Amino acid sequence: MGAGTFHPATTLRALGPDAWNAAFVQPSRRPSDGRYGENPNRLQHYYQFQVILKPSPDDLIDLYLGSLDAIGIDRARHDIRFVEDDWESPTLGAWGLGWEVWCDGMEVTQFTYFQQVAGYDCTPVAGELTYGLERLAMYVQGVENVYDLAYNSSGVSYGDVFKKNEQQFSAYNFEHANTERLFQHFKDVSEECRALVAADLPLPAYDQAIKASHIFNLLNARGVISVAERQAYIGRVRDLVKAVADCQMAKII
Amino acid sequence: MSRFLLEIGSEEIPARMQAAAAAQLAKRFTEACAAAGLAHGHVSADATPRRLWLIADSLADASAATSEERRGPRADAPDAALQGFLRSTGMARDQLEERDTGKGVFLFAVIKREGRSAADILAEIVPAIITAFDWPKSMRWGSASASTASPRWVRPLTHIVALLGDAVVPATVHGITTGRTSRGHRIHAPGPLEIISADTYAAQLRAAYVYVSSFVRRTLIANRAAALAEAAGLTVIPDEGLEIENAGLTEWPVPLLGHFDPAFLAVPREVIQLTMRTNQKYFSLADAEGALAPAFICVANMDANDGGTAVVAGNERVLSARLSDAKFFWDQDLAVVKAGGLEAFLPKLKDIVFHEKLGTVADKVERVAKLARWLVDSGAVPSSSPPLMEGPGEVPQASGVAELAERAARLCKADLVSATVGEFPEVQGIAGRYLAVANGESKALANAISEHYKPTGQGDDAPLAPLSVAVALADKLDTITAFFMIGEPPTGSKDPFALRRAALGVIAIILANGLRFRMERVLLAAAGEDLAKFERVFEGNLEKAVAAFFADRLKVQQREAGVRPDIIDAVFALGGEDDLVRLLARVRALQAFIIGEDGTNLLAGYKRAANILKAEDAKDGPHTASALDAATLSAPAEQALAQALDAALPTAAAAVAAEDFTAAMAALASLRGPVDAFFTDLMVNAPEPVVRANRLALLARFRDAVHTVADFSRIEG
Repeated sequence: MGAGTFHPATTLRALGPDAWNAAFVQPSRRPSDGRYGENPNRLQHYYQFQVILKPSPDDLIDLYLGSLDAIGIDRARHDIRFVEDDWESPTLGAWGLGWEVWCDGMEVTQFTYFQQVAGYDCTPVAGELTYGLERLAMYVQGVENVYDLAYNSSGVSYGDVFKKNEQQFSAYNFEHANTERLFQHFKDVSEECRALVAADLPLPAYDQAIKASHIFNLLNARGVISVAERQAYIGRVRDLVKAVADCQMAKII
Repeated sequence: MSRFLLEIGSEEIPARMQAAAAAQLAKRFTEACAAAGLAHGHVSADATPRRLWLIADSLADASAATSEERRGPRADAPDAALQGFLRSTGMARDQLEERDTGKGVFLFAVIKREGRSAADILAEIVPAIITAFDWPKSMRWGSASASTASPRWVRPLTHIVALLGDAVVPATVHGITTGRTSRGHRIHAPGPLEIISADTYAAQLRAAYVYVSSFVRRTLIANRAAALAEAAGLTVIPDEGLEIENAGLTEWPVPLLGHFDPAFLAVPREVIQLTMRTNQKYFSLADAEGALAPAFICVANMDANDGGTAVVAGNERVLSARLSDAKFFWDQDLAVVKAGGLEAFLPKLKDIVFHEKLGTVADKVERVAKLARWLVDSGAVPSSSPPLMEGPGEVPQASGVAELAERAARLCKADLVSATVGEFPEVQGIAGRYLAVANGESKALANAISEHYKPTGQGDDAPLAPLSVAVALADKLDTITAFFMIGEPPTGSKDPFALRRAALGVIAIILANGLRFRMERVLLAAAGEDLAKFERVFEGNLEKAVAAFFADRLKVQQREAGVRPDIIDAVFALGGEDDLVRLLARVRALQAFIIGEDGTNLLAGYKRAANILKAEDAKDGPHTASALDAATLSAPAEQALAQALDAALPTAAAAVAAEDFTAAMAALASLRGPVDAFFTDLMVNAPEPVVRANRLALLARFRDAVHTVADFSRIEG
């Protein structure tokens, strides 16, 4: 998936009245961000640390700042700033208000109070923290290039683990992904999603919606979706998510 | 008399919203005090990222006592009337007075209200202001948000300080009880801060590393940035918006100087500045020659314990990453242009849909190219500009200008599919100019690419070089006609394709360059000479539709210059005038005339004549000047008016034809005396039908004379 926000533990759990607190590492793929391993800061595959707290606690900012202390960011030395960044996901039919949190001018966390998901008002509102793990690690380790990060304490670098991955997947994302097959896959997973919604199985149906979103992102990276079609595809993914959410909400209410 | 302090604490308020929120707070407070009859002195309000605050001076201790007298029904009125009056006044029958008003005995209620203490009033005002507050975007939060009716604020509220003198004004709003506990700076003074009173507010927060005044923060930023730049032998490129934004992002602003690798200067400076400004909120710096320096100033929100070394290093790393990306895209674009010229981008324009009914951007470019050529070929855009406009060696041969305009238009959107514009959409046009220069195109052509978007709004300069003018005009005219032709004109407040802005741009370009052409002719060319379709789109009344659309825009555009909209209407109403340069000259002359004494009087005479004609036309059909039988005029005043008209009409008409509108106004002014005398000495509706008809015909002739200049009925006053 493209981000931790897409994970069912975030999206689907943000719906409905029940309290929910979760934290997990989310491997994320953004095919268009691939740079063949040549850009020291951009990756098509990276890690987020995703936190969701519902309802949002009153001391959420203090908790967040405490988390920075805990991973060794000295706030007497580094400039932490909360810069307006209203979050909106057209594919999830979701929006929220919050900030991108800057550490010395670098965005290290997306901090959002969810207001709506899949068109439903969040009752109650969830607070979401999305940490960029590579960026934070670069800070803590004082490293300029993501590939130079120490992956463990035995001399294995991030580059050792992921450089080939970035090179090969950039080539796949931009050049080799079979677009005809991808268009077919998009159709298939959309149909599967609808069928599972009809069978009143929102969780597996949501898996298919996530797949549809990734296939769309791949097609986009391949440059075969025109500007006009783009909106239509986003609308199709949103409709799938909406159908899943309706199914889920029907169980809650 | 006391001072009142209100501080509404919240999590970080977006910088762009702070000034308006402070103004709203002051306005709501002042209005609420006025409604409650509570007197106060000066009110100041301001914001930091974490608080919105207000201090009101010299607050009265209580609202003034009031006494209101209301008259009720007659003393002997039916009971229902009495009960209604008692309800509305809240009084009992025996509290009412009976008074004989001379028109009967009526009941009177004297309602006395005691003054209320300021503390009581404020305890109501504070929650009311907060509950009613408008934010551009607001949110719900916390456990209360289980209901969609839960409190809304721009970000979660944290605390409310409300102090009258040194006493807390008790109130509860949005689940928060007012008190005196504020918060200092997040890092430097994180604990609770007990505010003593409004008098000590700013100093207490200053000691807690918060400058509560946005002006102070902004000034600190500007001064410190200038000093840092000077020490490095550089100057800050002025940017008020950035000063304000940084003041809105910091409570304790500390500007710091950083550097970037000079190798990045190979990227267009606009791209670098854009990245620094919009993504990072950095100030750009210039060297002594005005060139962009490989340095920046960022504004931290703290005094770092290492003097800012780590903060600068971190910011330098972020900028370097962003500029690496920018350079990656720029190098890619340069490689494309070096291999195949700007033309190499053009095929990709076929993939961008401009509008589903209007085809792709490539289709639009084709239309614009033809129109740009036509504008030069037809003389609508002169092929040379005044010599001062262009440097030596830059003046293209007149014969080649049409061809160059077509080529410039063909290339003007090429950069839309460049990697650089894909990443930084704001540099559209500018990237194209740099790429054109890199490809060895002429400066005039390169400038036409960047300037064809101009003017981008009110206050932006219109292009002046012929190539730029032709392409800018063609692009905008094509947009306007194309959307009108598919039935998508702007309606009411909706203008999704920004056609009004395009029309404003067209007007600005025409006026700045003194371009002389009939708008109708040019729009028809823009429509591809498809008159039938064009007429159909404009509901068979091309002239009227175009005139109305452009007249409205012209009014907006000229308002700032002090030109009255009713005068523009008066000239447009004549019809047939859509040469905007000529029209505006006429409007200006008319306005100068109409505000003078002669003009005011003539307008009064005109209105009187027009009213009489309207009334009499309603009785016996239109009276026209052609019915005038000059030979039978006998009264001196009517003879004098007829003679004055005989003299003035041809003079005015000739002056209008010669575009000497001041002379045309002077000709009209000569009518003032005879018209005044006519109305003073004579009765239009004379008993003899022949005399009456003749006088009405004379008035019709007077009206016609005035209409050679403008339709005075549209003029107010």
